[in-house]
Amino acid sequence: MRYLEGVVTLQYDAARCNGCAMCVDVCPHGVFAMENKRAVLVDRGACMECGACAKNCEQEAIRVRAGVGCAAAVLAGMATGTEPTCGCSSSSSCCG
Amino acid sequence: MTARVGPACCGQGDESRPCGGTALESRAQGRSEAPWTDGVVRTPVGAVPRARSARTVRDRLGSVKARLGLGRMNYRVAPGLYAVGEPGPQSPVLVSANYKMSFDSLRGALSGRDAWILVLDTHGINVWCAAGKGTFGTDEIVRRVHGSGLEGIVSHRKLVVPQLGAPGVSAHQVRGRCGFRVVYGPVRSEDLPAFLDAGMKAPPEMRRVRFGWRERAVLIPTELVMGAKYVLPVAAAFLLLGGLGAGGYSLAGVRTTGLAGGALVLGAFLCGAILGPALLPWLPGRAFAVKGAALGLVLVGALAVRAWPAAGPSASWLQAAAWGLMLPALTSFVVMNFTGASTYTSLSGVMREMRFAVPAQIAAAVIGLALWLADLFIGGGPAA
Repeated sequence: MRYLEGVVTLQYDAARCNGCAMCVDVCPHGVFAMENKRAVLVDRGACMECGACAKNCEQEAIRVRAGVGCAAAVLAGMATGTEPTCGCSSSSSCCG
Repeated sequence: MTARVGPACCGQGDESRPCGGTALESRAQGRSEAPWTDGVVRTPVGAVPRARSARTVRDRLGSVKARLGLGRMNYRVAPGLYAVGEPGPQSPVLVSANYKMSFDSLRGALSGRDAWILVLDTHGINVWCAAGKGTFGTDEIVRRVHGSGLEGIVSHRKLVVPQLGAPGVSAHQVRGRCGFRVVYGPVRSEDLPAFLDAGMKAPPEMRRVRFGWRERAVLIPTELVMGAKYVLPVAAAFLLLGGLGAGGYSLAGVRTTGLAGGALVLGAFLCGAILGPALLPWLPGRAFAVKGAALGLVLVGALAVRAWPAAGPSASWLQAAAWGLMLPALTSFVVMNFTGASTYTSLSGVMREMRFAVPAQIAAAVIGLALWLADLFIGGGPAA
Protein backbone atom coordinates (compact mmCIF):
# COMPACT_ATOMS: atom_id res chain seq x y z
CA MET A 1 0.00 0.00 0.00
CA ARG A 2 1.26 3.46 -0.84
CA TYR A 3 0.16 6.84 0.39
CA LEU A 4 0.11 10.22 -1.38
CA GLU A 5 3.24 10.83 -3.47
CA GLY A 6 5.32 13.98 -3.53
CA VAL A 7 4.14 15.44 -0.24
CA VAL A 8 6.78 14.60 2.36
CA THR A 9 9.29 17.02 3.84
CA LEU A 10 12.22 14.58 3.74
CA GLN A 11 15.49 16.18 2.56
CA TYR A 12 18.77 14.39 2.14
CA ASP A 13 22.18 15.88 1.54
CA ALA A 14 24.19 13.01 0.10
CA ALA A 15 27.42 15.01 0.28
CA ARG A 16 27.37 14.74 4.08
CA CYS A 17 26.87 10.97 4.23
CA ASN A 18 29.60 8.98 5.98
CA GLY A 19 28.17 5.63 5.00
CA CYS A 20 27.17 4.46 8.49
CA ALA A 21 23.92 2.98 7.10
CA MET A 22 21.95 3.89 10.21
CA CYS A 23 19.17 5.44 8.07
CA VAL A 24 18.86 2.20 6.11
CA ASP A 25 18.52 0.24 9.36
CA VAL A 26 15.95 2.43 11.08
CA CYS A 27 13.61 3.19 8.16
CA PRO A 28 10.49 1.01 8.35
CA HIS A 29 9.68 1.59 4.67
CA GLY A 30 12.95 1.12 2.80
CA VAL A 31 13.29 4.77 1.82
CA PHE A 32 17.10 4.56 1.89
CA ALA A 33 19.50 1.97 0.50
CA MET A 34 23.29 1.66 0.41
CA GLU A 35 25.06 2.10 -2.92
CA ASN A 36 28.84 2.29 -3.14
CA LYS A 37 29.11 2.77 0.63
CA ARG A 38 26.82 5.78 0.59
CA ALA A 39 23.15 6.05 1.49
CA VAL A 40 20.87 6.75 -1.45
CA LEU A 41 17.31 7.98 -1.35
CA VAL A 42 15.56 5.24 -3.30
CA ASP A 43 11.88 5.63 -2.41
CA ARG A 44 10.99 9.08 -1.14
CA GLY A 45 7.26 8.51 -1.68
CA ALA A 46 7.22 5.70 0.89
CA CYS A 47 8.43 8.03 3.66
CA MET A 48 6.01 8.42 6.57
CA GLU A 49 7.98 11.19 8.26
CA CYS A 50 8.59 9.24 11.46
CA GLY A 51 11.92 11.03 11.82
CA ALA A 52 13.98 7.96 12.75
CA CYS A 53 16.57 8.51 10.02
CA ALA A 54 17.20 12.16 10.84
CA LYS A 55 17.41 11.40 14.55
CA ASN A 56 20.03 8.72 13.97
CA CYS A 57 22.14 10.51 11.38
CA GLU A 58 25.23 11.71 13.17
CA GLN A 59 26.22 13.76 10.10
CA GLU A 60 22.91 15.62 10.11
CA ALA A 61 22.57 14.85 6.43
CA ILE A 62 18.85 14.16 6.73
CA ARG A 63 16.12 16.61 7.55
CA VAL A 64 12.42 15.92 7.92
CA ARG A 65 9.55 17.47 9.80
CA ALA A 66 8.71 14.47 11.94
CA GLY A 67 5.16 13.91 13.07
CA VAL A 68 2.33 11.46 13.32
CA GLY A 69 0.26 10.87 10.19
CA CYS A 70 -2.92 10.89 12.20
CA ALA A 71 -6.01 12.88 11.21
CA ALA A 72 -7.36 12.85 14.77
CA ALA A 73 -4.10 14.38 15.96
CA VAL A 74 -4.28 17.10 13.30
CA LEU A 75 -7.88 17.88 14.30
CA ALA A 76 -6.91 17.95 17.98
CA GLY A 77 -4.06 20.30 17.11
CA MET A 78 -6.45 22.60 15.22
CA ALA A 79 -8.90 22.57 18.11
CA THR A 80 -6.31 23.46 20.71
CA GLY A 81 -4.22 25.67 18.45
CA THR A 82 -1.11 23.56 18.88
CA GLU A 83 1.00 21.26 16.77
CA PRO A 84 -0.63 18.01 15.68
CA THR A 85 -0.31 15.71 18.63
CA CYS A 86 -1.86 12.38 19.34
CA GLY A 87 -3.53 12.03 22.69
CA CYS A 88 -1.78 8.77 23.41
CA SER A 89 0.07 9.63 26.58
CA SER A 90 -2.48 11.89 28.17
CA SER A 91 -6.12 10.96 28.01
CA SER A 92 -7.36 8.37 25.58
CA SER A 93 -7.84 7.49 21.91
CA CYS A 94 -5.47 6.86 19.04
CA CYS A 95 -2.56 4.62 18.24
CA GLY A 96 -3.37 0.94 17.81
CA MET B 1 20.45 13.27 34.64
CA THR B 2 23.66 11.39 35.07
CA ALA B 3 23.06 10.48 38.70
CA ARG B 4 24.95 7.31 39.46
CA VAL B 5 23.22 4.36 40.90
CA GLY B 6 23.83 3.43 44.48
CA PRO B 7 22.03 3.25 47.77
CA ALA B 8 20.91 6.78 47.17
CA CYS B 9 17.28 7.34 46.48
CA CYS B 10 14.55 6.25 44.17
CA GLY B 11 14.15 9.61 42.56
CA GLN B 12 14.99 8.26 39.14
CA GLY B 13 11.57 7.90 37.68
CA ASP B 14 10.14 5.20 39.85
CA GLU B 15 8.68 7.53 42.44
CA SER B 16 5.83 5.20 43.24
CA ARG B 17 8.13 2.88 45.14
CA PRO B 18 9.05 3.66 48.73
CA CYS B 19 12.67 3.99 49.72
CA GLY B 20 14.13 1.44 52.05
CA GLY B 21 17.19 -0.75 51.90
CA THR B 22 19.09 0.14 48.79
CA ALA B 23 17.16 1.81 46.04
CA LEU B 24 17.84 -1.09 43.71
CA GLU B 25 16.65 -3.69 46.18
CA SER B 26 13.45 -1.89 47.01
CA ARG B 27 12.65 -1.28 43.38
CA ALA B 28 13.38 -4.87 42.53
CA GLN B 29 11.02 -6.00 45.25
CA GLY B 30 8.31 -3.65 43.99
CA ARG B 31 8.63 -5.05 40.51
CA SER B 32 8.77 -8.62 41.77
CA GLU B 33 5.22 -8.33 43.03
CA ALA B 34 3.79 -8.63 39.53
CA PRO B 35 2.08 -12.00 38.92
CA TRP B 36 4.15 -12.67 35.81
CA THR B 37 7.44 -12.56 37.70
CA ASP B 38 9.17 -15.61 39.08
CA GLY B 39 11.74 -14.83 41.76
CA VAL B 40 14.87 -12.75 41.34
CA VAL B 41 18.31 -13.02 39.76
CA ARG B 42 21.24 -11.94 41.92
CA THR B 43 23.70 -9.51 40.36
CA PRO B 44 26.70 -7.58 41.67
CA VAL B 45 24.48 -4.52 42.09
CA GLY B 46 21.43 -6.18 43.58
CA ALA B 47 18.49 -8.40 42.84
CA VAL B 48 16.72 -8.17 39.50
CA PRO B 49 13.21 -9.60 39.18
CA ARG B 50 12.80 -12.43 36.73
CA ALA B 51 9.94 -12.28 34.22
CA ARG B 52 8.40 -15.55 33.12
CA SER B 53 8.82 -15.97 29.39
CA ALA B 54 5.61 -17.97 29.07
CA ARG B 55 2.45 -15.94 28.84
CA THR B 56 -0.48 -17.09 30.90
CA VAL B 57 -4.19 -17.06 30.20
CA ARG B 58 -4.36 -13.97 32.40
CA ASP B 59 -1.77 -12.16 30.24
CA ARG B 60 -3.70 -13.03 27.09
CA LEU B 61 -7.00 -11.91 28.59
CA GLY B 62 -5.30 -8.64 29.47
CA SER B 63 -4.31 -8.15 25.83
CA VAL B 64 -7.86 -8.76 24.66
CA LYS B 65 -9.15 -6.23 27.17
CA ALA B 66 -6.56 -3.69 26.08
CA ARG B 67 -7.60 -4.11 22.43
CA LEU B 68 -11.19 -3.48 23.46
CA GLY B 69 -10.14 -0.28 25.16
CA LEU B 70 -10.93 -1.52 28.66
CA GLY B 71 -8.38 0.13 30.89
CA ARG B 72 -5.80 -0.02 28.10
CA MET B 73 -4.17 3.15 29.39
CA ASN B 74 -3.42 1.45 32.69
CA TYR B 75 -1.93 -1.65 31.12
CA ARG B 76 1.54 -1.01 32.44
CA VAL B 77 4.68 -2.67 33.69
CA ALA B 78 6.81 -1.03 36.37
CA PRO B 79 9.88 0.40 34.57
CA GLY B 80 13.34 -0.95 35.33
CA LEU B 81 15.51 -3.95 34.66
CA TYR B 82 14.15 -7.51 34.42
CA ALA B 83 15.75 -10.87 33.80
CA VAL B 84 14.55 -13.63 31.49
CA GLY B 85 15.98 -17.08 32.18
CA GLU B 86 19.40 -17.06 33.88
CA PRO B 87 21.19 -14.08 32.34
CA GLY B 88 24.81 -13.24 33.09
CA PRO B 89 27.29 -10.50 32.22
CA GLN B 90 27.43 -11.60 28.56
CA SER B 91 23.67 -11.79 28.03
CA PRO B 92 22.04 -9.33 25.64
CA VAL B 93 20.08 -6.35 26.96
CA LEU B 94 16.79 -5.64 25.19
CA VAL B 95 15.00 -2.35 25.66
CA SER B 96 11.20 -2.23 25.85
CA ALA B 97 8.31 0.10 26.62
CA ASN B 98 6.24 -0.28 29.76
CA TYR B 99 3.05 -0.98 27.79
CA LYS B 100 2.34 -4.50 28.96
CA MET B 101 1.51 -5.76 25.48
CA SER B 102 4.93 -4.59 24.18
CA PHE B 103 6.65 -6.18 27.17
CA ASP B 104 4.65 -9.41 26.88
CA SER B 105 5.48 -9.93 23.23
CA LEU B 106 9.15 -9.33 24.00
CA ARG B 107 9.42 -11.78 26.90
CA GLY B 108 7.38 -14.29 24.89
CA ALA B 109 9.89 -14.04 22.02
CA LEU B 110 12.76 -14.64 24.45
CA SER B 111 11.35 -17.88 25.76
CA GLY B 112 14.13 -20.39 26.43
CA ARG B 113 16.84 -17.72 26.33
CA ASP B 114 18.82 -15.78 28.90
CA ALA B 115 18.53 -12.04 28.52
CA TRP B 116 18.02 -8.74 30.29
CA ILE B 117 15.04 -6.53 29.57
CA LEU B 118 15.31 -2.83 30.31
CA VAL B 119 11.79 -1.42 30.55
CA LEU B 120 11.50 2.32 29.92
CA ASP B 121 8.77 4.45 31.41
CA THR B 122 6.63 5.32 28.37
CA HIS B 123 3.51 5.97 30.45
CA GLY B 124 2.01 2.69 29.32
CA ILE B 125 2.30 3.56 25.62
CA ASN B 126 3.63 1.16 22.98
CA VAL B 127 7.14 1.60 21.56
CA TRP B 128 6.28 3.26 18.25
CA CYS B 129 3.80 5.80 19.60
CA ALA B 130 6.00 6.59 22.57
CA ALA B 131 9.01 7.04 20.26
CA GLY B 132 7.00 9.52 18.19
CA LYS B 133 6.36 11.54 21.32
CA GLY B 134 9.90 11.12 22.60
CA THR B 135 8.96 9.35 25.84
CA PHE B 136 10.65 6.27 24.42
CA GLY B 137 13.79 8.22 23.79
CA THR B 138 17.41 9.05 24.37
CA ASP B 139 16.88 10.72 27.76
CA GLU B 140 14.82 7.87 29.17
CA ILE B 141 17.29 5.23 27.96
CA VAL B 142 20.22 7.06 29.54
CA ARG B 143 18.25 7.53 32.77
CA ARG B 144 17.30 3.83 32.98
CA VAL B 145 20.76 2.61 32.10
CA HIS B 146 22.20 4.61 34.98
CA GLY B 147 19.29 3.91 37.33
CA SER B 148 19.48 0.16 36.85
CA GLY B 149 23.19 -0.10 37.44
CA LEU B 150 23.52 -1.86 34.10
CA GLU B 151 27.24 -1.02 33.86
CA GLY B 152 27.84 -3.27 36.83
CA ILE B 153 25.61 -6.09 35.58
CA VAL B 154 26.78 -6.67 32.03
CA SER B 155 30.33 -6.68 30.71
CA HIS B 156 29.40 -5.62 27.17
CA ARG B 157 28.14 -2.17 26.20
CA LYS B 158 25.33 -2.94 23.76
CA LEU B 159 21.60 -2.23 23.91
CA VAL B 160 19.14 -3.87 21.55
CA VAL B 161 16.49 -1.24 20.91
CA PRO B 162 13.42 -2.13 18.85
CA GLN B 163 13.67 -0.49 15.44
CA LEU B 164 10.33 1.24 15.91
CA GLY B 165 11.85 3.06 18.89
CA ALA B 166 14.28 4.84 16.53
CA PRO B 167 12.10 7.94 15.95
CA GLY B 168 12.72 8.83 19.61
CA VAL B 169 16.25 7.53 20.05
CA SER B 170 19.46 9.02 18.81
CA ALA B 171 21.93 6.14 18.84
CA HIS B 172 25.04 8.32 18.73
CA GLN B 173 23.77 10.44 21.61
CA VAL B 174 23.02 7.38 23.75
CA ARG B 175 26.56 6.21 23.16
CA GLY B 176 27.99 9.59 24.02
CA ARG B 177 25.98 9.94 27.19
CA CYS B 178 26.16 6.47 28.72
CA GLY B 179 28.68 4.50 26.71
CA PHE B 180 26.20 1.94 25.44
CA ARG B 181 25.99 1.28 21.71
CA VAL B 182 22.46 1.03 20.35
CA VAL B 183 21.81 -1.84 17.97
CA TYR B 184 18.40 -1.62 16.36
CA GLY B 185 16.55 -4.90 16.54
CA PRO B 186 13.83 -6.08 14.19
CA VAL B 187 10.42 -4.41 13.90
CA ARG B 188 8.58 -7.50 15.20
CA SER B 189 9.58 -9.23 18.40
CA GLU B 190 8.85 -12.62 16.81
CA ASP B 191 11.95 -12.07 14.65
CA LEU B 192 14.18 -11.51 17.69
CA PRO B 193 15.43 -15.09 18.03
CA ALA B 194 16.58 -15.11 14.41
CA PHE B 195 18.11 -11.64 14.83
CA LEU B 196 20.03 -12.67 17.95
CA ASP B 197 21.17 -15.95 16.41
CA ALA B 198 22.46 -14.11 13.35
CA GLY B 199 24.79 -12.03 15.51
CA MET B 200 22.36 -9.12 15.78
CA LYS B 201 21.85 -8.72 12.05
CA ALA B 202 18.44 -8.14 10.51
CA PRO B 203 17.71 -8.78 6.83
CA PRO B 204 15.65 -6.07 5.08
CA GLU B 205 12.27 -7.79 5.52
CA MET B 206 12.73 -7.75 9.30
CA ARG B 207 13.13 -3.99 9.04
CA ARG B 208 9.88 -3.35 7.17
CA VAL B 209 6.62 -2.47 8.82
CA ARG B 210 3.68 -4.39 7.43
CA PHE B 211 0.06 -3.44 7.35
CA GLY B 212 -1.49 -6.69 6.21
CA TRP B 213 -4.85 -8.17 6.96
CA ARG B 214 -3.89 -9.34 10.45
CA GLU B 215 -2.29 -6.06 11.45
CA ARG B 216 -5.41 -4.19 10.34
CA ALA B 217 -7.94 -6.62 11.79
CA VAL B 218 -6.65 -6.38 15.37
CA LEU B 219 -7.22 -2.62 15.23
CA ILE B 220 -10.93 -2.88 14.41
CA PRO B 221 -12.16 -3.41 18.01
CA THR B 222 -10.28 -0.30 19.12
CA GLU B 223 -11.75 1.67 16.21
CA LEU B 224 -15.24 0.56 17.25
CA VAL B 225 -14.84 1.35 20.93
CA MET B 226 -13.15 4.70 20.33
CA GLY B 227 -15.64 5.79 17.66
CA ALA B 228 -18.75 4.64 19.55
CA LYS B 229 -18.29 7.43 22.08
CA TYR B 230 -18.93 10.00 19.36
CA VAL B 231 -21.32 8.11 17.13
CA LEU B 232 -23.84 6.90 19.70
CA PRO B 233 -24.84 10.46 20.76
CA VAL B 234 -25.18 11.44 17.08
CA ALA B 235 -27.40 8.42 16.39
CA ALA B 236 -29.47 9.27 19.47
CA ALA B 237 -29.85 12.84 18.24
CA PHE B 238 -31.24 11.60 14.90
CA LEU B 239 -33.61 9.29 16.76
CA LEU B 240 -35.00 12.17 18.81
CA LEU B 241 -35.03 14.71 15.96
CA GLY B 242 -37.08 12.27 13.92
CA GLY B 243 -40.08 13.21 16.06
CA LEU B 244 -40.07 16.75 14.69
CA GLY B 245 -42.63 17.68 12.08
CA ALA B 246 -44.91 20.41 10.76
CA GLY B 247 -47.62 19.22 13.12
CA GLY B 248 -45.43 19.30 16.22
CA TYR B 249 -43.45 16.52 17.89
CA SER B 250 -44.69 12.98 17.36
CA LEU B 251 -43.61 9.62 18.76
CA ALA B 252 -44.60 8.07 15.48
CA GLY B 253 -41.91 10.20 13.86
CA VAL B 254 -39.36 8.92 16.37
CA ARG B 255 -40.35 5.33 15.59
CA THR B 256 -40.09 5.73 11.83
CA THR B 257 -37.89 8.59 10.62
CA GLY B 258 -35.92 8.83 13.85
CA LEU B 259 -35.22 5.14 14.15
CA ALA B 260 -34.24 4.90 10.50
CA GLY B 261 -31.92 7.90 10.89
CA GLY B 262 -30.22 6.52 13.97
CA ALA B 263 -29.82 3.13 12.32
CA LEU B 264 -28.30 4.67 9.19
CA VAL B 265 -25.77 6.64 11.22
CA LEU B 266 -24.77 3.53 13.16
CA GLY B 267 -24.68 1.47 10.00
CA ALA B 268 -22.42 3.95 8.24
CA PHE B 269 -20.12 4.05 11.26
CA LEU B 270 -19.87 0.25 11.41
CA CYS B 271 -19.26 0.20 7.68
CA GLY B 272 -16.39 2.68 7.99
CA ALA B 273 -14.85 1.25 11.14
CA ILE B 274 -14.99 -2.41 10.06
CA LEU B 275 -14.93 -2.47 6.27
CA GLY B 276 -12.59 0.53 6.07
CA PRO B 277 -9.64 -1.24 7.72
CA ALA B 278 -10.61 -4.62 6.28
CA LEU B 279 -10.83 -3.48 2.66
CA LEU B 280 -8.22 -0.71 2.83
CA PRO B 281 -5.93 -1.93 0.02
CA TRP B 282 -8.86 -2.42 -2.36
CA LEU B 283 -10.74 0.81 -1.76
CA PRO B 284 -10.05 3.32 -4.56
CA GLY B 285 -7.73 6.28 -4.09
CA ARG B 286 -4.76 6.79 -1.80
CA ALA B 287 -6.23 9.40 0.50
CA PHE B 288 -8.08 7.65 3.33
CA ALA B 289 -10.90 10.21 3.10
CA VAL B 290 -11.44 9.19 -0.53
CA LYS B 291 -11.41 5.50 0.38
CA GLY B 292 -14.00 6.21 3.07
CA ALA B 293 -16.20 8.25 0.76
CA ALA B 294 -16.11 5.43 -1.79
CA LEU B 295 -17.25 3.02 0.89
CA GLY B 296 -20.12 5.38 1.77
CA LEU B 297 -21.18 5.67 -1.87
CA VAL B 298 -21.31 1.89 -2.14
CA LEU B 299 -23.48 1.86 0.99
CA VAL B 300 -25.75 4.51 -0.52
CA GLY B 301 -25.94 2.48 -3.72
CA ALA B 302 -26.85 -0.66 -1.80
CA LEU B 303 -29.55 1.20 0.11
CA ALA B 304 -30.91 2.70 -3.12
CA VAL B 305 -31.24 -0.76 -4.61
CA ARG B 306 -32.66 -2.49 -1.52
CA ALA B 307 -34.41 0.01 0.74
CA TRP B 308 -35.65 2.59 -1.77
CA PRO B 309 -38.09 0.32 -3.60
CA ALA B 310 -39.19 -1.15 -0.27
CA ALA B 311 -40.22 2.28 0.96
CA GLY B 312 -42.76 2.45 -1.86
CA PRO B 313 -44.75 5.60 -2.46
CA SER B 314 -43.73 7.08 0.91
CA ALA B 315 -40.14 7.34 -0.30
CA SER B 316 -38.88 10.88 -0.25
CA TRP B 317 -36.39 12.36 -2.67
CA LEU B 318 -35.26 14.82 -0.04
CA GLN B 319 -34.49 11.98 2.37
CA ALA B 320 -32.60 10.12 -0.29
CA ALA B 321 -30.53 13.17 -1.16
CA ALA B 322 -29.91 13.88 2.52
CA TRP B 323 -28.52 10.41 3.18
CA GLY B 324 -26.71 10.37 -0.14
CA LEU B 325 -24.65 13.25 1.27
CA MET B 326 -24.47 12.37 4.96
CA LEU B 327 -23.47 8.71 4.71
CA PRO B 328 -20.37 9.23 2.52
CA ALA B 329 -19.40 12.20 4.71
CA LEU B 330 -19.54 10.00 7.77
CA THR B 331 -17.69 7.01 6.30
CA SER B 332 -15.11 9.36 4.80
CA PHE B 333 -14.49 10.89 8.22
CA VAL B 334 -14.29 7.52 9.98
CA VAL B 335 -11.80 6.05 7.50
CA MET B 336 -9.80 9.30 7.43
CA ASN B 337 -9.29 8.89 11.16
CA PHE B 338 -7.87 5.44 10.56
CA THR B 339 -4.73 7.19 9.26
CA GLY B 340 -3.58 7.40 12.88
CA ALA B 341 -3.65 3.64 13.29
CA SER B 342 -2.10 2.91 9.89
CA THR B 343 1.61 2.32 9.56
CA TYR B 344 2.41 4.24 6.39
CA THR B 345 0.75 7.66 6.42
CA SER B 346 2.87 10.80 6.77
CA LEU B 347 1.83 13.95 8.59
CA SER B 348 2.31 15.98 5.40
CA GLY B 349 0.10 13.57 3.49
CA VAL B 350 -2.62 13.61 6.13
CA MET B 351 -2.60 17.41 6.18
CA ARG B 352 -2.77 17.45 2.37
CA GLU B 353 -5.80 15.19 2.24
CA MET B 354 -7.53 16.96 5.12
CA ARG B 355 -7.23 20.28 3.31
CA PHE B 356 -9.80 19.15 0.78
CA ALA B 357 -11.53 16.36 2.69
CA VAL B 358 -12.60 18.14 5.86
CA PRO B 359 -14.36 21.05 4.10
CA ALA B 360 -16.04 18.54 1.76
CA GLN B 361 -17.14 16.36 4.68
CA ILE B 362 -18.52 19.33 6.57
CA ALA B 363 -20.34 20.68 3.51
CA ALA B 364 -21.89 17.29 2.71
CA ALA B 365 -22.92 16.73 6.33
CA VAL B 366 -24.41 20.20 6.78
CA ILE B 367 -26.30 20.22 3.48
CA GLY B 368 -27.45 16.66 4.11
CA LEU B 369 -28.67 17.51 7.58
CA ALA B 370 -30.50 20.59 6.28
CA LEU B 371 -32.24 18.48 3.63
CA TRP B 372 -33.13 15.84 6.20
CA LEU B 373 -34.61 18.43 8.57
CA ALA B 374 -36.41 20.15 5.71
CA ASP B 375 -37.98 16.85 4.77
CA LEU B 376 -39.37 16.47 8.28
CA PHE B 377 -41.40 19.63 7.78
CA ILE B 378 -41.93 19.99 4.02
CA GLY B 379 -42.29 16.30 3.45
CA GLY B 380 -45.09 16.40 5.97
CA GLY B 381 -43.36 13.96 8.27
CA PRO B 382 -44.96 10.63 8.94
CA ALA B 383 -48.62 10.26 8.25
CA ALA B 384 -49.49 9.66 11.86
